[in-house]
Amino acid sequence: MARNRRKAWVRERECVACGCCEKICPRSAIRVVMGIQAEVDLQRCVGCGKCERECPATAIVMKEAEA
Amino acid sequence: MKKRWYDFLWIASLVYLLLGFFHILFAWLGLLCFLIPLIIAAVGGSKAYCNRYCGRGQLLALIGGKLGFSRKADVPRWMKSRWFRYGFLFFFLAMFFSMLWSTYLVWAGSQQLRPVVTLLWSLKLPWQWAYPQDMAASWVAQFAFGFYSVMLTSTLLGLLTMLLFKPRSWCVYCPMGTMTQLICKAKNTKRMDKA
Repeated sequence: MARNRRKAWVRERECVACGCCEKICPRSAIRVVMGIQAEVDLQRCVGCGKCERECPATAIVMKEAEA
Repeated sequence: MKKRWYDFLWIASLVYLLLGFFHILFAWLGLLCFLIPLIIAAVGGSKAYCNRYCGRGQLLALIGGKLGFSRKADVPRWMKSRWFRYGFLFFFLAMFFSMLWSTYLVWAGSQQLRPVVTLLWSLKLPWQWAYPQDMAASWVAQFAFGFYSVMLTSTLLGLLTMLLFKPRSWCVYCPMGTMTQLICKAKNTKRMDKA
């Protein structure tokens, strides 16, 4: 079975560091680092896309991750 | 996920908005929403306030998200651009200082206390019923009216963009959020350079 390799990706310039993604993520794979922007832990991210839908600044996109 | 005590801070925000209808001096409590995020950013170098404690953000998430009063559409591109975010912060600060100036004029005695709440920086609503008798110095009351105007106006804008776009669209252009992000950037990039 093909594994979903899509992962969350934060567009740095658009992130307002509000932390909405952090709250919604079921895997605690995304967090706001030092109040500047959100960062994704690619090991934990399963690419569910919840943060993409939640982000008020639409700063998160799902991207094919390099294996 | 287990709820923590700070997940209920939306109740505090709601109560704050309602208290302003009963007694205007409660508006002073809103300073907490200004000082706490600034202190957390300046001392702790984080946006923990936005991330965890912001009651207004939670309230918008509740009304727009859980209760569904939101189109859940993307905010327009200009709204998240830097010039708009910094411009709105500048405008907001200018309005804030003009409010402090009125407070000063009342303190200095060159202006009378005006018991009005100004919505969207222009619409003046009579509000004397929330200040039935002189309980404090008139500048204290003037500040309360001015500050409540700021809080009510920003809540209104937050609710409007919640309906039109995503529940917490306010967070994109919230002046406090922009300011704390700038403080964190200044503070933390310096620390990273040193390391």
